[in-house]
Amino acid sequence: MAKVFIYPSTSLILSDLVSRFGHKPLGTALSVREKIQTAGLDSPPLQMTPEDAKKGLRWAAVEVPSGVRGRMSLFGPLIDEAEAAILIHNPEFAFGCMGCARTDELVEFLVKQKEIPVLELNYPSDEEEGVKFVRSIRDFLKGLETAP
Amino acid sequence: MKDTIPPLYSGTVTKYVFIESYKATPDDIVARAYEISEKVMIKETCFGLQVTGQEDDVDLVISHIRELDPSHIFVKDRGFPPGDPRRCRANLGGARPGYFGHEYEMGFIRRITTGLERLDDSPNYVPASYHDRDSCFSVEKLIDIINKEA
Repeated sequence: MAKVFIYPSTSLILSDLVSRFGHKPLGTALSVREKIQTAGLDSPPLQMTPEDAKKGLRWAAVEVPSGVRGRMSLFGPLIDEAEAAILIHNPEFAFGCMGCARTDELVEFLVKQKEIPVLELNYPSDEEEGVKFVRSIRDFLKGLETAP
Repeated sequence: MKDTIPPLYSGTVTKYVFIESYKATPDDIVARAYEISEKVMIKETCFGLQVTGQEDDVDLVISHIRELDPSHIFVKDRGFPPGDPRRCRANLGGARPGYFGHEYEMGFIRRITTGLERLDDSPNYVPASYHDRDSCFSVEKLIDIINKEA
């Protein structure tokens, strides 16, 4: 069972398909769960804390906006842990009030730097593309099982 | 709301179950989940349910639910437990922040369902109705209707 980083990392479709085909999806929920279940002096805050922006410095430079660094404190550990990745190009809901285009670019860059198997897709625009979408994910994940 | 909240349901996992089916409703899958839900907490929602508990127990419940309609039931992890005051709309008002992402993907989840149902078809298979231009509403017919209305 491989650990597969998914992006958008809150994607229901990617998370479901990866676990359906027998692998572990690495999505933001895992980072958030770890964050809120860890007791400490700064026990679960309402949202992100200044500490998160500092943690993000491991993946993004200091002049990068704190919003990107805060997001990277969630995505970064998942990318480090990943053995493979599935990325969706330009997902609409990962931009605007729900996301950040600069973080999208940085995540894609870091995943490609890591030299792990990466599958890049677009969301299906009709049912035929849906068939191809699901089939390509299945074949990609099957390939991970046979990889040395 | 307090500034800090102690960890809730520590050591557990929470998973969302979404259903988009013409054969079953959230009520049906909740009833099915309760059949074997000894150690998990289940919350019914408008789109399906949330299951909270130890990972093995949650996976067992989910695999039992999935059998009902495998290609129409979708599952994902959730970071917050149900009812968490930082996310629950009972405290915040309005839609839960993650709702917009779910709303977007649920808009075309039927394409994924079709993909799952036809996963083992031949790669060259094309359904008879697809690209069948004869069955489409013709431009001539539309012009005819417009002319009649004018």
